[in-house]
Amino acid sequence: MSSRFAAWLLMAPGLLWLGILMVVPCLLVFALAFFERGTYGGVDWSIFTLENFRRAGDPLYLSILLDSARIAAVSTLLALLIGYPAAYAIMRAPERWQTSLLFLAILPFWTNYLIRTYAWIVLLNPVGLINTVLIHLGLISGPLSILYNEFAVILGLVYSYTPFVILAIYSSLQRLDPSYAEASRDLGAGAIITFIRITLPLTAAGVAAGAVFVFVLSIGNFVTPDLLGGGKLQMIGNLIYDQFLTARDWPFGATLAGLLIAVMMALLMLQAVAANRARGDNGKIA
Amino acid sequence: MKYRKIFTLLAGAAVAVVANISSSLAEKLVIATWDGYTPKDMVEKFKAATGIDLELTVHATNEEIMGKVTASGGEGYDIIFVSSPFAEALNKLELLAPINHAKIPNFANLYPEASLLQHDPGNTYSVPYTWGTTGLCYRSDVLKAEPNSWNDLLNPAEDLKGKITMLATDRWLMSAGFLANGLSVNTADQASLDTVRDQLVATKKSLLAYDDTTFYSKLVSGEATLVHAWDGWCNYGTAENAAIKYVIPKEGSDLWVDTLVIPKAAKNLDAAHKFIDFILNAENGKWVVENIMYKVPNKAAMETVDKAMLAAYPNIAIPPADLLKYEQLRDLGDGMKAFSKTVSEIMAAK
Repeated sequence: MSSRFAAWLLMAPGLLWLGILMVVPCLLVFALAFFERGTYGGVDWSIFTLENFRRAGDPLYLSILLDSARIAAVSTLLALLIGYPAAYAIMRAPERWQTSLLFLAILPFWTNYLIRTYAWIVLLNPVGLINTVLIHLGLISGPLSILYNEFAVILGLVYSYTPFVILAIYSSLQRLDPSYAEASRDLGAGAIITFIRITLPLTAAGVAAGAVFVFVLSIGNFVTPDLLGGGKLQMIGNLIYDQFLTARDWPFGATLAGLLIAVMMALLMLQAVAANRARGDNGKIA
Repeated sequence: MKYRKIFTLLAGAAVAVVANISSSLAEKLVIATWDGYTPKDMVEKFKAATGIDLELTVHATNEEIMGKVTASGGEGYDIIFVSSPFAEALNKLELLAPINHAKIPNFANLYPEASLLQHDPGNTYSVPYTWGTTGLCYRSDVLKAEPNSWNDLLNPAEDLKGKITMLATDRWLMSAGFLANGLSVNTADQASLDTVRDQLVATKKSLLAYDDTTFYSKLVSGEATLVHAWDGWCNYGTAENAAIKYVIPKEGSDLWVDTLVIPKAAKNLDAAHKFIDFILNAENGKWVVENIMYKVPNKAAMETVDKAMLAAYPNIAIPPADLLKYEQLRDLGDGMKAFSKTVSEIMAAK
C-alpha cells in the first residue's frame, strides 16, 4: 500500500464528514439564491433569477456588510493588541506555569457563550455593577452609556475571541528558536528592535491565524450585536438571520450568506498563502 | 462461544427495536409549542383522559417553528402553536388541515367573538388559544404623566431619552409607527413605509434598546421607564412591582392571537382534534390566565378567574368586544420584501 493511498484512506472519514455535513448543505442553501421568495414565504422554484444578487448590491446591504467588516476589524486589532502580549508573557513564564496559564486563557470557553454575554449585561447596564460602584465612589454623577452600543459589541467580541489569538500566537512563539533573538541581541540590537525585526516577522503566521479567526467569527456574529448592542446595531449576521427567519426570504438570505462565505473564504486563503510564505522565509533565515 | 454471545446480543437488540416500533404504533401526538405555554401536568392529564401520549417540542419564536414547518412540509408535527399571521401563511402555503368542529365540543366554551377573527372567520384552520393587545408599559411611580399616545413613546420627553425600549420583532416595531400615523398595522405601501421609517430612525436615537424578551425586567430594575410591550408581558413586571402599569394608547393597538393549527401532514388527525378539545376545557384556560397572565378567548375559563387577579392586572379584563375593535397583523404576502427592507434601513441607521 503506497503511503499516498494510506494518507487518503486516513483522511477519508474527515473529508466525508466535511463533505456531507458542511459542503453539501452549504451548496444546497446557496442554490436557493437563484430563486424567488414565494408570496407566503418558502421558495418559488419556477423562476430562475439573478435578482437576489442585484438586490444584495443595494447600498443599504453593502453598507451593513462594510459596517460589520469595520466592527470585526476593530475587534481583531484589539484582540491582537491584548492577545500578543499575553501570549508573549505566557511563553516567557517559567515552564511549569505555562500549562496552567494557557488553561486559564481558555477557561471561559467552558461556559456557554450566551451566559458569558449576559454576564456583560449584568456588569455594564445603567444600574449594573460597574455603574453602581463608580457612582458610589463619586467618580461619575450619572450612569455611563456602556451597554447597548457599538462599544459594548466590540468589547463582547474582543472578550470572546482573544483566547484564540493567545493560543495561535503562543504556538508560533513556542516554535521560534530563541537563538535568533539572542543573535540579534549579541549583534547590538535593542529589545524593541529585536522584537520588531526578528520576533514579530517570525510569528506573523500565528498573528495571521489568530487575526483571521477573530475577524471571521466576528463578522458573522449575530448574538453579540443583538444582546450587547440592544438590537440597535445591525451586522451582516443579523441581516441574514432576519432574512431567513423574520422576512422568511430564504433566497435573499442565501444570497447574503453566500457573499459572506465568499469574503471569509478569500480571507482564509490569504491567510494560508501568508502562512506558506512565512514558512518559506523561515527556511531562508535558517 | 464468542459467536453465540454476539448472536444473543443481536437478538436482544432486534427485540428492542421491534418493541420500539410497536410502542410508536400506539397513539402519540407531537405538539410544537412555546416553552411553558401549556400546563405542566398536561401530558399526564391528557394521557389519563384519552390514553394518548404527548411529545412536546418547544420553539422560542414563531419564526423558528415556521422555518422548521416550511422546510419539512409540516411532517413530524400533529399540533403547532403559532401566532395568527403565521397560521395564515401556513394556510396559504396549503400546509394545514381543516378544523372539524364536530370533533371539538369544547368550542362551546369560547366567546362568540373568537369565531370572528379577521385572519380566519369561523375558525376553519386555526383555533385561538390566547389573545391580547400591544401597548405601553411604564413605571407609574417615575413617569410624571400617564402616557396615552404612541407619540409618547416615539417622541419621548427629554427625561425619557435613553429610558425607553421598543419591540424588536419587525411587525410590532413598525405597528407602533403605523398606529401613531393613523395607518393600518398591515401597511406595506412605500410612501407610508418611508414616513414611518423616518419616524422610527429618529426614535432610535432615544432608545435604550430594542427588546422583545426582557423589557419588563428593565422596568423592574429601573433601567427603563416606558417600554413598548405586549399586555401579558407587562403583567410580569406588574407582578414584581405594582407601580408598573399598562395602557393601550388612544390611537389603538393590534389584536394579537396565538392559535393552534393541525398540519395536513399530521399522522393522526383524530387524536389532534381530541387534543384541541382537551386544551379548550375551562381548567386549561384558567391555568393559562393564572400562569401566563394572558387573556384567553375561553369564556368558561375567564369566568372562573379570581376577581382579585382582574383587579391587579386590569388588562386581563379587557372585554372581547373591545379586543375585536383592533386590527390583527396579517401576512403581508408580496409586500414583505419592501417591508423588510424598510426594517433593515431602520436597523442599520446610526
